[in-house]
Amino acid sequence: MNFFVALRKEWLEQGRTNRLLIVAAVLTAFGLASPLLAKFTPELLKSIPDMPLDLAALIPPPSVADAVAQYVKNMSQFGILLAVLMSMGAVAQEKERGTAALVLTRPLSRLEFLLAKFAALGLVFAVSLAAAALGCWYYTLLLFEPLAWGPFLALNGLMLVVFLVYIAVTLLCSTLARTQGAAAGLAFAALLLVAGVGSLPRLGEYFPGRLFEWGAGLALGRGGDPAWPALGVSLGLMIAALLAAWLIFRRQEV
Amino acid sequence: MIRVENLHKRYGAVRALDGLDMTVEAGTIYGFLGPNGAGKTTTLRILAGLARPTSGRASVAGVDLTTDGRRLASRIGYLPEEPAFYPWMTPRESLDHLGRLHGLSAAERRQRVAELLELVRLAEVGGRRIGGFSRGMRQRLGLAAALVHRPEVLLLDEPVSALDPAGRKEMLETIEGLGGQCTVLMSSHILADVERICGVVGIIAQGRMVIQSQREALLARYAQPVFAAQTADAASAQRWADRLRVRPWAAAVSVEGETLRVTVSDLERARQEILPSAVSEGILLRRFEEMRPSLEDVFLQLTEKEAAQ
Repeated sequence: MNFFVALRKEWLEQGRTNRLLIVAAVLTAFGLASPLLAKFTPELLKSIPDMPLDLAALIPPPSVADAVAQYVKNMSQFGILLAVLMSMGAVAQEKERGTAALVLTRPLSRLEFLLAKFAALGLVFAVSLAAAALGCWYYTLLLFEPLAWGPFLALNGLMLVVFLVYIAVTLLCSTLARTQGAAAGLAFAALLLVAGVGSLPRLGEYFPGRLFEWGAGLALGRGGDPAWPALGVSLGLMIAALLAAWLIFRRQEV
Repeated sequence: MIRVENLHKRYGAVRALDGLDMTVEAGTIYGFLGPNGAGKTTTLRILAGLARPTSGRASVAGVDLTTDGRRLASRIGYLPEEPAFYPWMTPRESLDHLGRLHGLSAAERRQRVAELLELVRLAEVGGRRIGGFSRGMRQRLGLAAALVHRPEVLLLDEPVSALDPAGRKEMLETIEGLGGQCTVLMSSHILADVERICGVVGIIAQGRMVIQSQREALLARYAQPVFAAQTADAASAQRWADRLRVRPWAAAVSVEGETLRVTVSDLERARQEILPSAVSEGILLRRFEEMRPSLEDVFLQLTEKEAAQ
């Protein structure tokens, strides 16, 4: 089973090219910063000179809900952006440089080649998100109150699902494109399409972005309003993107 | 060992291969010659499983190319003209990774990597990142990568194109040494290299095989002997050339400055008459030699004939 040999190489590459470090550093920084921003933004606003007293009174005192909301907002923006940036060259770059020919003339199937990339990127984001979650949980504990571990883990699990969807879609774009530049263009077009359709009032209920909302509710102990259809669509989208990437890649000349 | 039958490959309107037939017997070093764009690289890429033929059949080591890619991959070693590696890896790590893909054990990999780095003269830089390597170093590493699993068939696309003269000599000696261990199909545009190490030669033009034969048989059949001479001045060379052109044994006479090149169809008569003709014309010779017919002469003769058709 050469999937694990390919995965080992992909994992090493993520470390040696500092991609793991970059993703972990960015996500951890935002994980740590989220409760800090939630705590101190209102105080910073209140400290603005000449702020009318009645306006200052309108600013609500910070709460744990603000910390979680800030965390979800940061992760949904920077996590998705990083998922696209880190995945867009994965296949296109190997085709362009000729390294795909080096390994695909060995007993390594194209499915194993693609799945190893997906798994390695997934691992990078899982590890980075774990570090970010730990930072966020600890600062929330210091500045507000402890978050229940189970629901907070559920929030991060749902965020990881969203990142995996974007990684899979970007891998499909990278497979379709012949060059890294073209892969980047396609990936950002796909990002805008998924995000754009997801923001529509009724359709949005079924798109990956809805999982952030569900996860935030879970983390704050509200529990309700689950988004099972969005989870199903997200998993379906991920599998469909990977399947399409494989069907296209197995017919491509590298 | 390699069978290619009526292979066609089209890229849009371009016919890269147009009914190519080729047979490479086991244990031979086969020189695959052709002008630029003749279809050499396309053929090798199809045989390596990287490109698909539009039609036709091909098999390598008994494995049909269209049926079992994994079995094919374990039997072939492929060296592209510009081999690419992961720049963050060292040669040792790269060969080890490829060895893992071929299912070699840790002990086998350790031994094989050391052997191969020694073979391609990269042992000293085995721990350096490949990102800083020259094209020549990558080409040598490419040969090691192609050999990592001891393949039955080695497909080499212009294997010495990036090497300096000393490196080329070493690489050719290495390839020559592989002759008894595996079947080698080597494309090259450096005819002297092919002539030096390949026992069998195939010449391709416009996607079709023009001829394939044992090297010596090819030379005996197609290469016409050549006399080369250098006269004291260009005018005498021209005057002598005009006299020689009317001789029935002179197939072609070309002049370039003071140098004269005479291709002959009847070697014995030419030997008897060519120098006396110089004497009777009062031509002063600085240099005169009967040259061994080369593969280059055959190549030019056959590919020009193919292009004319």
